[in-house]
Amino acid sequence: MTDREQFCTFQLGALFLGVRVHDVQEVIRYQDLTRVPLAPATVMGLINLRGQIVTAIDLRKRFRIEERAPDRLPMNVVVRTIDGPVSLLVDEIGDVLEVSGDLWEAPLETMNASTRELVRGIYKLEGKLLLELDVERALDTAAVV
Amino acid sequence: MSEMDEAIREFLVESYENLDRLDTEMVVLEERPEDKETLASIFRTIHTIKGTCGFLGYSKLESVAHVGESLLSRLRDGKLRIDDPITSALLAMFDAVRRMLAEIEASGSDGAGDYSELVRTLTALQESGSPPTKAAAPPPAVAAAPVVSAPVVSAPVVSAPVRAPATPAQTGFQVFAKATAQKAEAPAPARGEDARPKEREFPAADAVHTPSETKSNSGVADTNIRVDVGLLDRLMNLVGELVLARNQVLQFSNVVDDSAFAATTQRLNLVTTELQENVMKTRMQPIGNVWGKFPRIVRDVAKSCGKDVQLELEGKDTELDKTIIEAIKDPLTHIVRNSVDHGIETPEVRRAAGKSPQGLLRMRAYHEGGQVNIEISDDGAGIHTDRVKAKAIEKNLITAEQAARMSERELLNLIFLPGFSTAAKVTNVSGRGVGMDVVKTNIEKIGGAVDVSSERGKGTTLKIKIPLTLAIIPALVVNCSKDQYAIPQVSLLELVRLEGDEILREIEDLHGAPVYRLRGRLLPLVHLDKALGLADSTDRSQAINIVVLQADERQFGLIVDDINDTEEIVVKPLGKQLKGIDAFAGATIMGDGRVALILDVLGIAQRASVVSSTRESGTRDAATRVAQSTGERSTLLLFRAGADRRMAIPLSDVARLEEFQRSQLEFAGDGRVVQYRGEILPLLELSELLGWPTSEVRDPLHVVVYTRDGKSIGLVVEQILDIVEEDLVLQKRSRREGTLGSAVIQERVTDLLDVEGVLRRHAQGFFDEADLETARS
Repeated sequence: MTDREQFCTFQLGALFLGVRVHDVQEVIRYQDLTRVPLAPATVMGLINLRGQIVTAIDLRKRFRIEERAPDRLPMNVVVRTIDGPVSLLVDEIGDVLEVSGDLWEAPLETMNASTRELVRGIYKLEGKLLLELDVERALDTAAVV
Repeated sequence: MSEMDEAIREFLVESYENLDRLDTEMVVLEERPEDKETLASIFRTIHTIKGTCGFLGYSKLESVAHVGESLLSRLRDGKLRIDDPITSALLAMFDAVRRMLAEIEASGSDGAGDYSELVRTLTALQESGSPPTKAAAPPPAVAAAPVVSAPVVSAPVVSAPVRAPATPAQTGFQVFAKATAQKAEAPAPARGEDARPKEREFPAADAVHTPSETKSNSGVADTNIRVDVGLLDRLMNLVGELVLARNQVLQFSNVVDDSAFAATTQRLNLVTTELQENVMKTRMQPIGNVWGKFPRIVRDVAKSCGKDVQLELEGKDTELDKTIIEAIKDPLTHIVRNSVDHGIETPEVRRAAGKSPQGLLRMRAYHEGGQVNIEISDDGAGIHTDRVKAKAIEKNLITAEQAARMSERELLNLIFLPGFSTAAKVTNVSGRGVGMDVVKTNIEKIGGAVDVSSERGKGTTLKIKIPLTLAIIPALVVNCSKDQYAIPQVSLLELVRLEGDEILREIEDLHGAPVYRLRGRLLPLVHLDKALGLADSTDRSQAINIVVLQADERQFGLIVDDINDTEEIVVKPLGKQLKGIDAFAGATIMGDGRVALILDVLGIAQRASVVSSTRESGTRDAATRVAQSTGERSTLLLFRAGADRRMAIPLSDVARLEEFQRSQLEFAGDGRVVQYRGEILPLLELSELLGWPTSEVRDPLHVVVYTRDGKSIGLVVEQILDIVEEDLVLQKRSRREGTLGSAVIQERVTDLLDVEGVLRRHAQGFFDEADLETARS
């Protein structure tokens, strides 16, 4: 009775992250962003998702890792929330992976604090570790000053 | 079972609609008791309710409707004449029916309420009035009845018996008298042959409307369907999307050179616009739908405070979006209650003032410039501004000094402050202290505005302006720091463009606070990029675009990089992460598919301190707001004169603040001057005149330009410190030359400069001529 879970995976700097497929509305390439003055620092701007206005959150800013090179355009992972869709800006999109629940382990105490608070758990895959993103936390822009 | 539920739901919807109409019809009937058509319509409605609820098994509701119907049928048959107690009892019955319907809606049964008193009252009325010989008797007979009904029905009825004998000159009696007179005319000859008049009057009357009614009924059924509002909302959203797509196609067609495509685009454009208008129309409702209940409210309130008020409704067909109709319902009700309760005087007072004893309340709705205006005016006593002032001071909303400086109009607007209520006594109708401020807040919430004007003894008028719809609004699109922003057209007053040297000449700087003289009035200027915390990278030496906006009571100019067209935009909410930013009202998608933020004009104004912050934050703030919005609290310019003397002068005395290089100084006569705007500006070194040590040689010189009667003089100061708003309290009168006294400003002791005194002493020439000129003119 191995419970298997599908993850939409993506790369963010050196981190290999995943969001449950169930929470992902869609993945789209880079869209023009309209910046929002006075907004929290993690809010990169607004995108037009087929007539719907979606806030884009830069996960690099949220994880407090250095900004991506200006010539590298981020991708949008649009996640569903109770308040409507929100886009997470990531470096590169990976495959959808089906992973087994018994590979799961809780975040380690030794992890960098700002990373650990955004990770729900670690899946020990072959050759690499998949960090499950805590979407709710990631979208809490008030947490970053 | 679900079919049954459906039937009940239908019954409820239909009955509610009918009841709303009943209230209005009843008041009409009270005025024109001979109006058979209205009476017949009321009868039919009650009859339908009775029939349906009998079928659905609501026996209590049925029994109440039944006695009501019997009473109505006697009225219809001319056996009874409508009079005040009957009207009240019938209205009470409508209320009871409404209450039971609400019960049915909530719990599925017609409730545990006891309506036997009401039934008895209605029955008593039915019997008391029949023969015309009793025409004189009814008042006492029926007077007793409503008293019985008092515990069941609302307050207005209770007052009826009290009022009827006491003030016989009021409507009830007039109607009654009229009714009696008529009775004497019409049915009297028919007395002998009882059956015939009935036949002649009613079947005839019925014959007249029945066909037309059936026709219109079937017509209504054929041409109207009930549609769920949710569906209309979805349609509206889809049309919004279509409008955006259309905008994008239009933009695209501009760059593609293809005539067939251009023609198709044009067609798409027209169809979309028409579709948008029509879908918007489906959500439009005549304001009459809300007004329908006002005749009843006015009647009830007037009765409960012993007044006689006639309500005139004008422009019932004026249409508004459903959401807006919902939003103005409560504010309007409050205003109407207020006008009747506080505005219109009692008949005695009115007669004493030489007015007709019957007060007039007029509600008028009309379209104007893409907005809807609603005016509610009464011919009552008007607003006593002295009382308003006293009340505002007593409630600590403003200080006495502020009040003294306020204009009549500003005093009137105090009624919109939170915690304000002028009613000397608190009545159960209005005057609980939550009032006009809530009205104002609610109307502003939907992008509207309220204004009050009043003339003592003549009456008060409240004017409300509201947008037609909230979903799609016209907006001006501007550019700022390479981004587009939309400004709702409702806040837009005008556009000003300054070019070349106009910029230097016409934009003046009050120590970092730029102002522009717009037809003689100072317009504070706000740089949009600065207000939004963006780097100001734009070169503004060639041209400046100013968007003049209205925020609250205040006007200000927003400096933007470029002004584009106005466009119809679809307002979309911002995500949760951005909810807290008061500078934006939402976002929209532009023709090129990009997202543009919609500016919240009031938020920007608050951000730039053009108006002070939120009105909800308590009375103290409210006071500040009033003071600031009128600009009459002392605004002081703080500066340093001498090495460490802080001084202040009222900003109103300051024409400009300037800087001059020492190299610009020249000498004329025995003083220093500087060439300034093509004139010679004499300079006075303040610290020198006052005998205070100066710190070091400064370059440039900071100069406060003081102007009087077209003559200017420059006061050289050490440093300009700040501009502050203070309640100026002179702590210590001064005998020192050059100062008026000292005050504590920003927690530091500050001398107040006696400008006049200094100039009189040290700049004789300036004053002699100026005074002479004043004397001459």
